[in-house]
Amino acid sequence: MLSTAVHLANSTPSQLLPSREMMAFTLASHILLVPFGVALPFITLVMHYRALRRNDPVALKLARRWSAVMAVQFAIGVVTGTVLSFEFGLLWPGMMGRWGDVFGLGFGVEAWAFFLEAVMIAVYLYGWRRLKPWTHFWLAVPLPLAAVMGAFGIIAANAWMNTPRGFTLDAQGVPVDVDVRKAVFTPMFGPEYWHFVVAMFMTAGYVVAGVYAVGWLRGRRDRYHKLGFTVPFTIAAILTPVQFFLGDNAARAVFHKQPVKFAAMEIVWKTDTHVPEYVFGRLNADGTIAGGIKIPQLDSILAGFRPDTKVTGLTSVPAADRPTPTEATIVHFAFDIMATIGSVLILLALWYAWIWWRHRDLPLNRLFFRVAAIAGAACLVTVECGWVTTEVGRQPWIVYNNMRVSEAVTHTQAAGIWATLGVVIAVYVAVFGSFLAVVLKMRTRWRIADEAAAGTLAPVDPEVDTPYGPRGAPDPAAVGAATGSRSESGPSGGAR
Amino acid sequence: MMADTIAWVLIVVIAAYACGGGTDYGAGFWDLLAGGADRGKRPRWLIDRAMAPVWEVNNVWLIFVLILMWTGFPTMFQAVFTALWLPLLLAAVGTVLRGAGFALRKPSRRIARRRIFGAVFAIASLLTPYFLGSVLGGVASGRVAVGTPASAHVWSNPTSILAGLLAIAATAFLGAVFLSTDARRFGAEDLVDYFRLRAVLAFGAVVVLAVIALPVTHHDARYVWHGLTRGLGLLFVVLAAFFGVATVLLLMVRAHRWTRYTSVATVALAVVAWGFAQRPYLLPTTLTVAQGAGAPHALRWLGLVALIAVVLVGPALALVYRLDTKGRLQELTDTDTHAAGLPGDNL
Ligand code: HDD
Ligand code: HEM
Ligand code: HEM
Repeated sequence: MLSTAVHLANSTPSQLLPSREMMAFTLASHILLVPFGVALPFITLVMHYRALRRNDPVALKLARRWSAVMAVQFAIGVVTGTVLSFEFGLLWPGMMGRWGDVFGLGFGVEAWAFFLEAVMIAVYLYGWRRLKPWTHFWLAVPLPLAAVMGAFGIIAANAWMNTPRGFTLDAQGVPVDVDVRKAVFTPMFGPEYWHFVVAMFMTAGYVVAGVYAVGWLRGRRDRYHKLGFTVPFTIAAILTPVQFFLGDNAARAVFHKQPVKFAAMEIVWKTDTHVPEYVFGRLNADGTIAGGIKIPQLDSILAGFRPDTKVTGLTSVPAADRPTPTEATIVHFAFDIMATIGSVLILLALWYAWIWWRHRDLPLNRLFFRVAAIAGAACLVTVECGWVTTEVGRQPWIVYNNMRVSEAVTHTQAAGIWATLGVVIAVYVAVFGSFLAVVLKMRTRWRIADEAAAGTLAPVDPEVDTPYGPRGAPDPAAVGAATGSRSESGPSGGAR
Repeated sequence: MMADTIAWVLIVVIAAYACGGGTDYGAGFWDLLAGGADRGKRPRWLIDRAMAPVWEVNNVWLIFVLILMWTGFPTMFQAVFTALWLPLLLAAVGTVLRGAGFALRKPSRRIARRRIFGAVFAIASLLTPYFLGSVLGGVASGRVAVGTPASAHVWSNPTSILAGLLAIAATAFLGAVFLSTDARRFGAEDLVDYFRLRAVLAFGAVVVLAVIALPVTHHDARYVWHGLTRGLGLLFVVLAAFFGVATVLLLMVRAHRWTRYTSVATVALAVVAWGFAQRPYLLPTTLTVAQGAGAPHALRWLGLVALIAVVLVGPALALVYRLDTKGRLQELTDTDTHAAGLPGDNL
């Protein structure tokens, strides 16, 4: 068994690299939309509740606009997610063929959760006009639950890949005696899941708040921007310290359950006690470290609260069973960027809390809003870094200590996969580009309408011939009720 | 036995996707054929409206199919995805383009942009069912076995091509039937006849393809051919044909109330017939359900998950389809979100 493994590791198939790149690219793209799929419904519902409860038209406008964005974002999330399911078969048939029945159940849970999510989101997004306000609201309340449930399935699968169990191997290395409960609730599951869910809520909160922070910086300091900023930002700020704690917890779980990944995260070469912590820094092929800031003892202290904690090094396993020095450096950087951004965000949250406590109002400080405006983007970067830590840190294993990535990969020729990757990148750039363009267009339309309504609109540009102003029928209810058709154009208007 | 149950769940979910997803693909098909910007305006308006609230839901069936395959029958999943690499890849790319094209078309307010997104959506709506159909054809013809390498003959054989074309025709049929009832629901009387005619034509295409397939697949997909021409397989083929003809007759006499159900029955029963014909094989004639089944414990849990899905998702689905058919689900308009027009908008 071991000798075949070593043999396989040495004969890296040429289609491995393009397959990994393709998986990484499509996942990294999909994951950018996931925070909004998971958490935007919740944030919108909070705003919606406020609107109904206090009869607040500004809050209602915000909730409606967010759900208009959600409609497009959800669709792109669905299609990029569907690609991932195909890729399991197209790129990693070996993994699915051998392990599908062991760890696939998580995806089964995910599928029905997505189903519920898709149904409820349809009702929510399209229910604004014809459902009773509170009915409409309550029908959407289970939505965040379904979203969190969907994340459950996916993280269960990923945690299983990190700490596989719930099976025994027979003489041929085929898994038998599958115990699904053990395979779903693996040791990494808890830490990974909570850390992930909170990351999603934080990210969505900071990104949405960031939009209004930019507006604020550009001088739009009305109630609309204030509300649009405060609600998501508060949610995210409350979660930030929680996330720090959960991240620390995840790191310690990795230390115990995936010691070699931990060694890569902290670029620890030899197993030792009193291990120093390197902030950034590169691992050379001979085990020396270049650059970075060295803090004596700290790594041992972080891992086990005592300087004499023993930390497993990369060299504790044969070279073929651990990340290469380059991979370890990537993991180390990803992890350090994540931890750095996480810490900076805590400062931001504390700043916010302090000002709120002192003034009971939003800070007037431009610097605060500048930082708040980029917090969302920073969170997206952090999410990518987190996944790089998880996935690259597991190399060369696709199923930790049980299957190598090279054993799982498809037999399709490398050239074909490279070509496909090219096509996929082109398609994704077009899709994400169009998506962004559409959302930015929506924002511009809203801004212009708001400015027109407030009477602050600059004189109309002479080149512009189309009159500004709200589009559509003045009384949607009347038209809608009469023909049941789209009010803005009636049955004769429409597509294309 | 649990493996058989899961195999039937898989068939049922494939049938659900063929009907739910199929209706959507069909709508895309008619979008493609709706003509230029002016002539096609009204059909496209209807297609947009009818599809918007439910297409994502319809899409999830496909995910279910894949998950059931890899959790329930991992070896079969591996074999299918290895042997049919290219058509599956193209189907995956097709789903992205289709969904993205459709979702991005709606908020666009310029004709030129809408044309591009619309064209992407419509063409992908044609290609995706074709490739998925050809995958089914490849499996049914017995060309996929465990370890079959990817090669063109697995999906470019007579059975695959016919199955791909049949998939297009069947989705066009479903799409037209649904759109014709939707047209009535939205009070667009002229479109009722427009799609009624197209439904009948599409059914004609299905019949022609089936008649061609009968002799062609006799040798090419021997096992399934025999399964479909005798026993339970034949019974379900006859039932499917019965409902198909009933749909056409109902359309003729303008009894629109039942046509949706009969058209869905046509397609679903045809899929079930294929399930019977292929028994006991997952991959005719090399891998049986029992041989390809995953671990028994996993299958039991998968059955449980499927059951929970039925209990939870069933009512939710019923709710959304009901709200949708009652016209309760409508898109937010620019008035609702207070959006302004921009220079250059021309819709
Ligand atoms: C807003 C996002 C965010 C923030 C602020 C943090 N993380 Fe994180 N982290 C993620 C978002 C994330 C993630 C993207 O959600 C990951 C990827 C895999 C996972 O489950 O969560 C993740 C993974 C992840 C892992 C890898 C788990 C594994 O390999 O299984 C560790 C060790 C940490 N995180 C540790 C931290 C620490 C010590 C942080 C200190 C502040 C931190 N994270 C902040
Ligand atoms: C259930 C969740 C996930 C599963 C099952 C999964 C599975 C995989 C697989 C099969 C590979 C290829 C083999 C490998 O290189 O290890 C991979 C690689 C990768 N994945 Fe994940 N992944 C998951 C979540 C994610 C997410 C959400 C992201 C991120 C944004 C991500 C980032 C990556 C990256 C960056 C690689 C490339 C690693 C490398 O090439 O070294 N993963 N993942
Ligand atoms: C690598 C494995 C992954 C696969 C196979 C996958 C698959 C999918 C699929 C098929 C969909 C569409 C579902 C639908 O039709 O409604 C989807 C959307 C979604 N995915 Fe992924 N996904 C993966 C990674 C992730 C990760 C790591 C997460 C984090 C929890 C995630 C969260 C979501 C969520 C919440 C949605 C809902 C739609 C949206 O967010 O826009 N996915 N995914």
